[in-house]
Amino acid sequence: MKLWKGRRAPLVTEATQAATFSRRTFVLGAAQAGVATLLAGRMGYIAIAENQRYRDMAEENRVQMRLIPPRRGWIVDRYGNPIAINRGDVRIDIIPDLLPDVGAERERILRELTQLLELPPEEVQRIREDIVRSSGYQPVAVAEHVPPDKYFAVSVRQPELPGVAPLRAFTRYYPEGAAVGHLVGYVGVPNREEYETENRNPLLITPGFKVGKQGLEQTLEQRLRGRPGAARVEVTARGRLVRELQTLPDVRGAPLKTTIDAGLQSYAARRAGEQSAAVVVLDVTNGDILCMASMPCYDPNSFSDGISHSEWDMMAQDERHPMINKVLQGLYPPGSTCKPMNALALLEAGVDPDERVVCAHSYPVGNHIFHCDTTHGPIAMKDAVSRSCDIYFYHMCRRVGVRAIAPMMRHMGYGERFDLPFASQRYGTVPDPAWLQRREHRAWQEYDMINMSIGQGYVLVNPLQQAMQVARIASGRMLHPRLLADQPVNMGEPLPISPEHLAFIRSAMEATVNGNGTARGAKLPIDNVLMGGKTGTAQVRRITMGERAGGVRSNESLAWRMRDHSHFVAFAPTDRPRYACAALVEHGGFGAQAAAPLVRDVMTYLFDKDRAMAALLPLEQQWGGSIAQRMERRAQEWASRAPGTNPQVHI
Amino acid sequence: MALAFMPKPIRELPWLTLGLVIAIVAFDVLVLYSAAGGKLTWALPQAVRFVVFLGMAIALSWVRMEWVKQAAFPAYVLTLLLLIFVEALGFVGGGAQRWLNLGVINLQPSELMKPVIILATAHFYALLPAREIRGWSALWPAGVLIGIPAALILVQPDLGTATVVTLGGISVMFLAGVPLRIFLGGRAAMSVVGPIAFSFLHDYQQQRVLIFMDPEADPLGAGYHITQSKIAIGSGGLTGNGYLQGTQSHFAFLPEPHTDFIFATMAEEWGLMGGLFLIGSFLLIMRWGMRVAGDSRDRFSRLVAGGLTMTIFFYVAINLMMVMGLAPVVGVPLPLFSYGGSAMMTVMICLGILMAIERQNRADTRRG
Repeated sequence: MKLWKGRRAPLVTEATQAATFSRRTFVLGAAQAGVATLLAGRMGYIAIAENQRYRDMAEENRVQMRLIPPRRGWIVDRYGNPIAINRGDVRIDIIPDLLPDVGAERERILRELTQLLELPPEEVQRIREDIVRSSGYQPVAVAEHVPPDKYFAVSVRQPELPGVAPLRAFTRYYPEGAAVGHLVGYVGVPNREEYETENRNPLLITPGFKVGKQGLEQTLEQRLRGRPGAARVEVTARGRLVRELQTLPDVRGAPLKTTIDAGLQSYAARRAGEQSAAVVVLDVTNGDILCMASMPCYDPNSFSDGISHSEWDMMAQDERHPMINKVLQGLYPPGSTCKPMNALALLEAGVDPDERVVCAHSYPVGNHIFHCDTTHGPIAMKDAVSRSCDIYFYHMCRRVGVRAIAPMMRHMGYGERFDLPFASQRYGTVPDPAWLQRREHRAWQEYDMINMSIGQGYVLVNPLQQAMQVARIASGRMLHPRLLADQPVNMGEPLPISPEHLAFIRSAMEATVNGNGTARGAKLPIDNVLMGGKTGTAQVRRITMGERAGGVRSNESLAWRMRDHSHFVAFAPTDRPRYACAALVEHGGFGAQAAAPLVRDVMTYLFDKDRAMAALLPLEQQWGGSIAQRMERRAQEWASRAPGTNPQVHI
Repeated sequence: MALAFMPKPIRELPWLTLGLVIAIVAFDVLVLYSAAGGKLTWALPQAVRFVVFLGMAIALSWVRMEWVKQAAFPAYVLTLLLLIFVEALGFVGGGAQRWLNLGVINLQPSELMKPVIILATAHFYALLPAREIRGWSALWPAGVLIGIPAALILVQPDLGTATVVTLGGISVMFLAGVPLRIFLGGRAAMSVVGPIAFSFLHDYQQQRVLIFMDPEADPLGAGYHITQSKIAIGSGGLTGNGYLQGTQSHFAFLPEPHTDFIFATMAEEWGLMGGLFLIGSFLLIMRWGMRVAGDSRDRFSRLVAGGLTMTIFFYVAINLMMVMGLAPVVGVPLPLFSYGGSAMMTVMICLGILMAIERQNRADTRRG
């Protein structure tokens, strides 16, 4: 049978077949040579023409970077004194790749480490998990802050402990401890969210690396971080370390200079004692924040290592809120500390400072009766400020109205959003009819004005704003606060207020402390330096008519958290104002009782350190030692009350 | 001649070709030593196996082609049965199985099929009267002869071996004088059947084919093999990174550094020079094989010599195209060079039979 019929097929014989065979053999031979040439050409192309590309790719395969966490930039005060530094530290890591392959050997090493370093069982468990999860050549942290004797014990046994690497590293250290806690914040191991936010930056999962979690450490993270160093290591496809090729040192983050006076900050924090307090000190001549202390506070040193559940519980349950930066996050009714500027508003509205209002202890408006602390009799503006007469302000503020008062409050920094490097700030409220309508859906009433005239009701400020109020009165300018030394000073415009009126108010504040006023006990113990100030006692509870009838209960007879907040704002010296200060003592009672002495001593520190320290030391003895000692004792008491230590939490 | 004092049977061996083979394997032993990280793990067994198979090949060279011809069909049937047997074993054992453990060696019947298919097809065409070569009867028996084992091997699944077996058989058909139109038509048919056949492939095989089209699309996934192989070859440059200095192979970036991708392992350390040496050596061996085919007088020997040479050629070509990214990763070893006994045995059988044919050619020439 033929495949193609009708076509003339040549006769195939053995001979023609042999000829076909040689022809086709030749074709195949040629094809082989062709393919061989093609292959040689292809190989030449890959190996010669694209050599560099593939060489680079091979290098990429083989060489991995092991990151070395950078040292953070220092945070220093205005004189270059350290607030946050890095302390040389000894840590012990395990490099899983260098551990022996034999399970029993690994166990022996872990056992020995546990013994040498006295590791708690939950730490051992964590190390085991980390070893399993590790990519092999990345070190796994075993222990940080290893004391010298233990470090030595591990070092001498190193030949028997393959894979264990004692290493000198750096950790963050805050010499002032809790005193600067809310200011600088603290650092900690990055959490998953932070890792994701930075696009899975491998630095964030490098052992020993920490990021800022609060305060300046958090907001200036990128600036403080520095550049990580890197060890180039040769690895296999499975990540096994072959050898180290070279090491690139890290670049330390740039130092950050603040306007803080570390000594003053520390003094204020110490002077606050066991109270729940906030102290702000400003330089009136440039707006520099010299001190912003909020106490009590966590110790950022222990936070940076991760604190125990017990410590955490203690902080969370402390009604003095050690986790909150009261300077920026605490909102309080300013109480009478707003009287100087309300008086300014009256002057600007044309009230004659010599006009007298009769204070007869009570002041009826409609069917409600408002009260003053005492019976001042006929009283003019200056005395109304220095002796803090409420009825004068009820009466006069009603006369000029909220439209004269609210703008003045805003000029003085109430409700103002100051641009400061903190992630969380609260700005408070200056109420006016429009705000009230928006917020409470009701019209402005007489009693709203009454409340506002003495800094109660809807008026809420933070201690920084209170300090700004004094700084603006003292400087006569729309001063702005400054915390970072490399930022420009913003003196602001002169206040649209007559200088005579400002001088009058300053003299009234001078009288508060040095004359017949409420803060006579806060007179500075320094020759030729007078302080002007204003007390404030802000009610946190409602006093009922019934209680009023039977006599208002004294603060001492109330539960701590029902007591009045104690405020004091001040500036000094009165002749040429240099410093402005505001202090708040939560539930401290009268302004003159808790806040004013605190401000007096802090101001004293600025003019005479030795005298201020002399005043502090006996107090500290009375309280039971330094901040650190008292915190330590509290923690122990807490721990003994709640037995059973819990594993570390990283926050 | 140095060999003059040797006994004639030894002297008559194709020493130039054997020298090339020995040189390739000696080189191979060096490369395997390096691939094992400076250990004899692979080099020593490979060397020992080669000595054994070399002896076997030389022994084969004394076998008369008449006997080979007689054994062709029985060997074919036996190998086919073995293929079916491993298939059944795999079926029973629940999983792909390609080899029989014979104690000394893991025998892959599919490997054995590579020379056997040549013998069987060649024997068929030797039997076929010359005038029938253009007819239907010249086609279908060969088609069946090749198709059954190819199909059995394909379902193992072993695309590489199935390809070599099929191409080997087709080479014999081509050399036997089957009209060119059939091959051209076959090519056209393949372009139609190809996509359909593609859909019958296993997922991983399909993926390999697709990845071959664009290996860098998935450098860490299925394209990993080709990319890493090209990196190894490309980073070798002209003279390589130096013996025992290859990082791609030693640090395990290169998959199968001692078997399918041994050429890349070699190229990283020896560079283009090593590659040219290997390609050149193989080309010379194939030229010798084609000359043996051309010199032989009887049709069976001619077809066998040509077919076996082409089998060696397909081995080398497919493997090298694979490691250089010119063909999909199909799992064809580089003969004589890749670690493993089966492939070496196949190639040494091919060489043995080729030497037998050469010996016969020489005898024919002497006889005149």
